[in-house]
Order: sequence, then C-alpha cells, then structure tokens
Amino acid sequence: MTASTVSAQGSSTNFNRKFWGWIRRIPPVYPMFLLIFIILGFLNPRGYQTMNGIMTYLRPSSPLAVLAIGEMVVLALGGFDLSVGAMVTFVVLVSSKFLANDPANALPNILMLIGFGVLVGLINGLVVSFLKVPSFITTLGMMMVVRGAALYYVGGAPQGYLTDNFRAFGRNYIQNVPFFTRIPYAFVILIILATIAYFIFHRTNYGRQILAVGDNMRASQLSGVRVKLIRVMTFVFCSVFAVLGGIMIAGTGGVNVTIGEGMEMQAIAACVIGGVLLGGGKGNVINVVFGAFTLQAIVNLLNQLGLPKPYTDAVQGLIIIGVVAYAALSTMKKR
Amino acid sequence: MTTSLASENRLKRIFRSANIPPVYYFLIFVFLFSGILDQFLADGQIFSNPLIMLNIIVRSVALGIVAVGQTLVLIGASIDLSVAFTISITAVMSSYIMQGKTENVPVAIAGVFLIGIVIGLINGLIITKLRVNPFIATLGTGLIIKGIINASFSNYTGSVPQAFEYFGYGKIGPIPVSIIILFLVVIIGWFILARTKFGAHLYGVGGNSEVARLSGVRTDRVLIGAHVLCSVTAVLSGMFLVSLMRSGAPWVGPNGFYDLNSIAVAVIGGTSLSGGKGDVWGTLAGVLIFGILSTAFNQLGVNPYLKTVFQGLIIVLAVASYTIRSKKEAA
Repeated sequence: MTASTVSAQGSSTNFNRKFWGWIRRIPPVYPMFLLIFIILGFLNPRGYQTMNGIMTYLRPSSPLAVLAIGEMVVLALGGFDLSVGAMVTFVVLVSSKFLANDPANALPNILMLIGFGVLVGLINGLVVSFLKVPSFITTLGMMMVVRGAALYYVGGAPQGYLTDNFRAFGRNYIQNVPFFTRIPYAFVILIILATIAYFIFHRTNYGRQILAVGDNMRASQLSGVRVKLIRVMTFVFCSVFAVLGGIMIAGTGGVNVTIGEGMEMQAIAACVIGGVLLGGGKGNVINVVFGAFTLQAIVNLLNQLGLPKPYTDAVQGLIIIGVVAYAALSTMKKR
Repeated sequence: MTTSLASENRLKRIFRSANIPPVYYFLIFVFLFSGILDQFLADGQIFSNPLIMLNIIVRSVALGIVAVGQTLVLIGASIDLSVAFTISITAVMSSYIMQGKTENVPVAIAGVFLIGIVIGLINGLIITKLRVNPFIATLGTGLIIKGIINASFSNYTGSVPQAFEYFGYGKIGPIPVSIIILFLVVIIGWFILARTKFGAHLYGVGGNSEVARLSGVRTDRVLIGAHVLCSVTAVLSGMFLVSLMRSGAPWVGPNGFYDLNSIAVAVIGGTSLSGGKGDVWGTLAGVLIFGILSTAFNQLGVNPYLKTVFQGLIIVLAVASYTIRSKKEAA
C-alpha cells in the first residue's frame, strides 16, 4: 500500500525503510550465533572454518537442539517440562542394562524407550489436564519418578556398556560426502526431526492451536479448541523428543548416572535464546534450533578461551540473562 | 470474666486469621498412614518414640527456612531458582571466614548476610528493571554463583568453631535450637505476610501487578524486597547446614535440591505458582510432609532409589488433592 502512494523519487527511501524493517525483524539469535561463530573461527581456524570442524561441532549440538524442540512445544503451550533431563538419564542407564551387550537388542531397546516416552508424556499430560496440577509440579514429580526408576532398575550404577550400533546415532559420521566431507548421523536426525516438528508446529492446525492455547487459554477454549487433547499430545511430543535426544546423547556422552542432570534447564535456556516466551504463545522451531546451536557455541567459545568449567557456567548464566533482558527491553521500546 | 472472654475472642481471631490450610489434613493423613505402616512393617517407633517426632522436624529445618522465603517470592508471582547456590555460597563462605575460630563468627555472619542481600537485590533488579522472566533470571544468577563457588572452592573448606555448632546441635531444654529458629522464621514470615503493609502489597503484586501499580503500590520495590527476604532465608538455611556439617562444601545446596524442593513444598502448601495466593503455614505443613516421608522411608528401610520415586509421586498427589476440585485449567 505504501509503495503505491510514494512517488518514484521516494522509492529509494522506501526501499531503505523496508530493508531496515526486514533487518530489525531478524530474531536476535541469528546475529548472535554468527558473531560467536566468527569469533570461534578466528580463534581456531581449523576447528571452525573447515567443513570437518563444523561437522564436529554439529555432532554434540544436534541432540541439544532435539531436546530444545521438544521443550519448546511445551513452553509455547504455557507449561514447563522439567522431566527432560531425567529422561536422558533414563535412556542411558536403562539401555546400559537392557542392551545386555548384545547389538541385536538395539532395535527392541529403542522401541521400548520410545514407548516409555509416550507413556511418560501421556501421564504428564493427563495429570496436568485432569488433576489440574501445574505442569511445573507434575513434571518435577515425574523427574524424580523417572530418575528413581532408572536408578532402581540398574541398581544405582550403569550395567555394562552401550553397543556400537546403538551409539552410532550420536557418534558416527556419514563419510566421504562431497563438499561436506562428512556429516554426523546426529545432524541428519536433527534435520529430519526439525522438519517434522516444523511441519507440525507451523503448518497444521494442531500447531496453531498450541500457540493459541499458550496465548490465551480461556479464549481458545471458548472458540472450540480441545485444550486437554492438545496438551496431552504436546507432552507426549516433548517426552518422545527427549527420548530421541537421549539416544543421540548416549552416543557421545559417557555412561554415568548424572548424564542428564540439568539438561532440562539447558533445553529451556536454548529455547529462551531462540526467542520462546515462558508463559506461552510464542515459538519457532528454526529459531530454537539455532538457540541450541548458539548455546553450544558459547560453551565451545569459553572452552576455546581456556576458561575452566566453573567460569563457563558463570558466563553462560550472564549471557542467558543478557539475551532475555535484550529481548524484553527491545519489545518494550517498540510499544 | 470479661478479660478471659476477650482473650478467648482474640485467640479465636488469631486462629481464624491463621486460616488452617487444607494441606494439614493431608499432613495428618500422611503421618497416620506412615505411622500405621511403621507399626505393622517395622518397629513402630514413629508413634511410640517422641525423639522420632523431634527428628522429623529437625530434618525439615534446612528446607523449611528457605521454603518460607520461596513462599514470599512465589506469592509475588516470581520464583527463585538460585536458592540452592545461595545456600552453597553461604555454607562455603561462612566456614571459610570462620576457619574454626570463635572470634571470626560475627564477621562471617555479617559477611554471608551481606552476600545474601546482594544476591537478592541482583535477582530483584534483573527481574524488575531488566524485565527478565524470573525463571530465567534466577536460573542465570544461580549459574553465576555456581561458577564463582566452583572456581574458588572444590570441596570442604575451613571449619566452624564449636560455638557455632550450637545452631545445629544445641538444645534449649528438650527442644533443639534449630526447631526454635525454624518456627521463628515461620512466624516472622507469617507476620510479614499477614500483618504488614509490605505483605498486603506483595499479595497485590502477585495477584495483578498492573492493578497494584495503578493503585499506588511501588511494585518493583515490593518484588525486590521479597527477593532479598528469600535470599536471606537461603543464607539462614546455609548457616544451619554448615553448623551441622562443621565445614562447608560447594555441593551442599544443589545436592539437597533446595531450589526445586522449596518450590514443591510451597506449592504443596497451597501457594500458587501464578502468584497472589498462599501462606507460610501451608508451606510448613508441606515441609513436615517431606520430613515425615523421609523418616518413614528410613524406618521401613525403603530402597533409596524407590524413595525418590515415591517422593515424586507424593508431590504430585499432594498438589492434586486440592487442585482436582478447581475449575480452572492448569498450565
């Protein structure tokens, strides 16, 4: 509309305004990711300017992104899922016993774990929907139940190792790919899962209804959204993604009882960096994936700078607060 | 005659203003149930041994003190996930400053309270002035504190002098000092919430911040105040723990899950996560439920991992016992 009213002389300023408007609408996660990645590239050209190095970086980033996508859907609904980290611990510990060092058990193990994810998600969703327990408390309880159950099943310590074919998802690369040299399985899995999630979340009614419920539960209820059904489906989605992310983490991480500890907070932090609002109503799959990549890049950057692990925690905390403060203050100014 | 009647009336009024929350029925149920189980399956000490009763409360002191602060913050529609690390930094710093010398105790106490106040101020300022969601803000400050302690201390550092152990082990008559302090903190929390302007404003801010602001409440100050009080309770918990352990270590807070447990306990006690509702008496009941459970599990010799499972189930059931009747959808 503005284009037709503006004279030919003003078209260049119009273009400028459009251009800057477009620039301003870019979510802050992308410039931040780029900045951190460029700094990483300067500090360690071999690690972050070659395809080989980038693929090595993507391997541990991908599972975190999968967890973050799952968490995002619950956050967009206005809830929390604190059981994500416990699910990762469950996957690793239970696999260590269930596989019984036999590669033939990998497929049944994966199916069993996904089934368990569906079950946990169902229970979370049903408890929140029908017992009306806030999801923060429901999933906090579920975190304890899942972790306790995993530790009880294995007797307090991992039993045996994980078979190589089970670890392949998180650990191995597709070798000899033209241009990319090699691609980690984990990244391929991430792309598949992110595409599915993108389609569900941004292209179906279900996805729009999640955002509607997160934005205004009462209004969407009155306009005929089946809130309870949506919520149960969302929690199932999150738990299944937590299991899949856990399987990928099992490939790279060590087999120990604390492997999933704090993962839920990392996933939430990745979502928040990716522009998700706690309290619901906002979320974008691709931004969240880059939120996870940014978080991993921050960790790598701090390692690259030679900071010991404790400082990494502290700086990570500062950056998380900074990003959210920036987003909050900039939206306030727009109003 | 008239004076006794008046005092009786006053008693009734106080009783009514205390407004016994429904969680106490759940508390009594848990106590009777675990007592009966204990009677049949173990040696029945829960009902017969008064020391066990005291022990239940002593077990609850550390969580109870910080849960009172968490309740204040939750009523203000905020949340504090940094308390676990505030507890850790208190434990480590106080034993580091004391170094086993009695003359260092006042300095250490002043020092850790200062640290607590600063942490609370920072939390409050980030939330109110930078408009960061409290969950993220306190998650972040928690990470920062964690980084600072882990960078400076690896395990037990320093020690507390004999005199300071009075906090953890001392007794006045038959009653442990720690229990008296817990109840003092609860009563102060109740007084702040029910009898002061600050408390009334806090409920207002938690219920509807915009309405509170338009009716002249300085919402930012109230919320910052609540965060400072919460951090101070975390400091008290940390001092109690270090006096029990005789030396501080950086893992005290996170290992006890004081962040999530204090929130769980407050919510079990009827405090709403969305703010504006709750009181410290409910929180006290929630803490006692935790104490009874852990004592009962010990008595019955439950597998430690199953203990976690049961605890998770009971948190959800306890909250469900009153939310199930609410007509509002949960989130």
